[in-house]
Amino acid sequence: MSSSDKLPKQIEDVLVTHRREFLKHAGLLAVSFGVFGATAIEGAESQSSNPAESPGPYRDPDFHQIDSWIVIHEDNTATFYVGKTDPGQGTGTCFRQLMSDELDIAFDKTTCIMGSTDITVDQVGSGGSSALERDSWPMRRVAAEARRVLLEMGSDHLGAPVDQLAISDAVIAVKANPSKRVTYGELIAGKKFHVTLTGNNINRVTGQAKTKSNPELKYAGQSIQRDDIPSKVDGSLKWAVDVKLPGMVHARNVKPPFACAKLTGIDESSVKSLPGFIKVLSKGNYVAVVCEREEQAIRAARQLKTTWQKPATAPFPASEDLFNYMRSATPVSDPRLAAGNPELRAPGFGPMVVGNPDAAFSSAAKIIEGEYEIPFQGHTAFAGAHALADPSNGQMTVYTNDMKSYSMRRGIAAFLGMPHDSVRVVWMMGPQGFGRSAAEDAAFEAAWIAREIGRPVRMQWMRDEETAWDTKGPAFLVKMRGALDSGGRLVAYDFHARSCDHNHIGYNEPDSVLIAQLMGTRRAKPAAGSAAMPSDMYAIPNRKMVGEVVGLPILWETPLRTGNLRDPNGPQPTFAAESFIDEVAAAAKADPLEFRMKMVKAGKDDDSAFRRARSIAVLKAAAETYGWDSRPSPKPIGKGKILTGRGIAYSFRGRTVVAEIAEVEVDRQTGHVWAKRLVCAHDCGFVVNPESLRHTIECCTLHGLSRAIHEEVQFDTETVTSRDWFSSPTLRHTDIPERIDIVLVNGDPNPDRPDLPPYGAGEPALKPMLAAIGNAIYDATGVRIRRVPFRNDRVLAALKAAGV
Amino acid sequence: MSRIELKVNGRSHTLDVEPDTPLLYVLRNDLDLRGPRFGCGLGQCGACKVIISGAAVFSCITPVSSVKGEITTLEGLSQNGRLDPVQQAWIDEQAPQCGFCQNGQIITAKALLDKNPHPTDAQIRETMNGTLCRCMSYFRVQSAIKRAVKTMAGRSPADPKEVVA
Repeated sequence: MSSSDKLPKQIEDVLVTHRREFLKHAGLLAVSFGVFGATAIEGAESQSSNPAESPGPYRDPDFHQIDSWIVIHEDNTATFYVGKTDPGQGTGTCFRQLMSDELDIAFDKTTCIMGSTDITVDQVGSGGSSALERDSWPMRRVAAEARRVLLEMGSDHLGAPVDQLAISDAVIAVKANPSKRVTYGELIAGKKFHVTLTGNNINRVTGQAKTKSNPELKYAGQSIQRDDIPSKVDGSLKWAVDVKLPGMVHARNVKPPFACAKLTGIDESSVKSLPGFIKVLSKGNYVAVVCEREEQAIRAARQLKTTWQKPATAPFPASEDLFNYMRSATPVSDPRLAAGNPELRAPGFGPMVVGNPDAAFSSAAKIIEGEYEIPFQGHTAFAGAHALADPSNGQMTVYTNDMKSYSMRRGIAAFLGMPHDSVRVVWMMGPQGFGRSAAEDAAFEAAWIAREIGRPVRMQWMRDEETAWDTKGPAFLVKMRGALDSGGRLVAYDFHARSCDHNHIGYNEPDSVLIAQLMGTRRAKPAAGSAAMPSDMYAIPNRKMVGEVVGLPILWETPLRTGNLRDPNGPQPTFAAESFIDEVAAAAKADPLEFRMKMVKAGKDDDSAFRRARSIAVLKAAAETYGWDSRPSPKPIGKGKILTGRGIAYSFRGRTVVAEIAEVEVDRQTGHVWAKRLVCAHDCGFVVNPESLRHTIECCTLHGLSRAIHEEVQFDTETVTSRDWFSSPTLRHTDIPERIDIVLVNGDPNPDRPDLPPYGAGEPALKPMLAAIGNAIYDATGVRIRRVPFRNDRVLAALKAAGV
Repeated sequence: MSRIELKVNGRSHTLDVEPDTPLLYVLRNDLDLRGPRFGCGLGQCGACKVIISGAAVFSCITPVSSVKGEITTLEGLSQNGRLDPVQQAWIDEQAPQCGFCQNGQIITAKALLDKNPHPTDAQIRETMNGTLCRCMSYFRVQSAIKRAVKTMAGRSPADPKEVVA
């Protein structure tokens, strides 16, 4: 086997360094990354990988071949290659658990490589909480098929029928005579499986073997420690920001000082004499500076003199006027709708009507109304977006932490007009972005500059760029009415959502990525955007639901571009709806938990995936864990400086259901809100790694808390004024609750069923948290604040206005 | 450019860089260290922190020429191949999510515990408040610090205490 020091440096950059000792031991450094001289083995060809310095082309690994997913080595270890990216929620470890189980190999004899387009099959990368719910299944089926094939090979080798053989830890033995044995490595190492799978797309890929049932799984279900953590703690992990290539230079952007401005001049002489200066590049309104060293590029970008012309009309209203603007704006419609094209719908939804809401409202005993406001909130990644692009050999290799490496490859190939096979994207760890983050924009910029100057280029956004210019989660305005009958039942409900989401951009789109917009590219038709309905299982006999989308005055080149942010468009309507249900419960003088439970229980609607039964289970679990006492909100307002209260909220995302309870302390003198205790009851079906899941849920819950009490994008009519961690606050250590309970609920009507599948977990726990906090503030103070975030000044003003 | 001498993790280096270059870029780009990272460049988030003379310092706003004393980075915390108890507590508590901020979390906690081996919960929260995390791993980070306090207190008095900087 080749030792790692004989490998080209660039290939080492690709590898997950925390597994280095294992990889060295297993000889995987040679096997995984192609053929190296006389030590190469035949199996190496099975990976459609290329050394970094090879000229390409970079073929797509064929997902119909077992060899693209699993390589078994001479020492009876295995490497799994999957088309996912794990930004730190532990999914990579879960994939190893499940594939080890299906293959029947010891977990610690495996490793998993993710998300690099030339060596892993295209499973999209990450997103949509799909890692275990959808994408673990092809992995499991392929591993099960590999086991079946190995068992047949073992049968031939040992001269015994398959049914007389047993497998343990990648060793096949004759049951009656266990000394007759052969290892997987002895059977297949150095060779290919040469087994073609069926299934017309990657999510359906399968062999003949069946996957195991839950009770047969040995590693799945265990809290195995995450394999990515040690190298993140000892400093050995090589992140995307750490890749260095010979001849590499550093680039920084020069962003317009005003949104949607037109570049009218560049005075290159303002930077030409700076040390390390290489070049100013510009096209349209895109401007960047390239220097030899990083600090030189930062200085040159700051010092470059440019002149800009403001747009003729303000690109957006100031943030304090946003909701008035949204109220009066005309919703986006598709003109082709008027032509009667049945294929088209207006962005948004509805009106969707159940029963007769108008009649129910006119005969109501009591009508409750409320309007909720949710501002733009940013991805605001912890570090500036970054990427390294290498144009060597007329190809383009991009090192990125973007969670969707495969669409990045397609997007950059299209943007640069390069053949698909000439572009390769290598995924590495980085600051978690939670959706369509600016990591994509930085990668396209690095690739464009690298091609222009013919050297490897490292691009990084500065803090102000990241905070002001990344894509935003859209602002929402939600107006609701509810009708109570004389028995205190919610008999009619009117939900009207309006999102500021027109021209919502997608992932790695060559015509919507920021550099393309700044260079003047315009789609013929902006992406529609969407409003969204709340997710609940409440049986309300008369309902009207409408969603509309509005757009800002200027849709292009704006820092208020909207894009997918963790549970896209989920937390906003859920904050409104789950707060409003609380208002209705208070009007009915009912306990807010019992009020919800009655509506969940009473329904006869479709209950796909047993969501109703599981909703009841999570609500009960949250209440029991918290020690919920039944009473209406608010509680009698205290006399002291600190007022305390508790609030509940519930929602589902996909098939995962969540109920959350927050206990808050509100300082009536400062308006400061501290969530002292949080409870999250969470049902995402079969749990692959309980501790890793708790971690994911805990952090997701706290992300919801951050969005409830801190996060808001602020702007004047010319530019975004949220630019750093003071003007764009986020959750901090002093905000953290003294207690967090994560309860993993299995509320399936048949909880022990062997085929219970895993559902998604990366996003659902964020959704109800905003309302849980708002409801707790109401319980403590009797003041309903219909606007997040609950920053001190906003809360204090609301308390004062109410005389609290 | 000027000649700068630095001692980092026990090794001496002589470099030829502009004296106002932020220490962060020298550590990362000239010395190839991966622990300190760029997060904000403003001294607001803690991603770049290193320990100099016992204090956790923002390397992104520290001119390289101003450094007095030996620098310890995340890579320098382990001694003789053994992780510092703070790092071990991070693994035991499974603290990081993406992990990008954890350099700042660990370095700040290490500097705290070296000065004050028995901090109160309030002291932990106040000291850590300048180190941000967008994955929201804070609760586990605080648990890891408390675990490290216990581990370090439980050590036999004969054990030599790691001396940093």
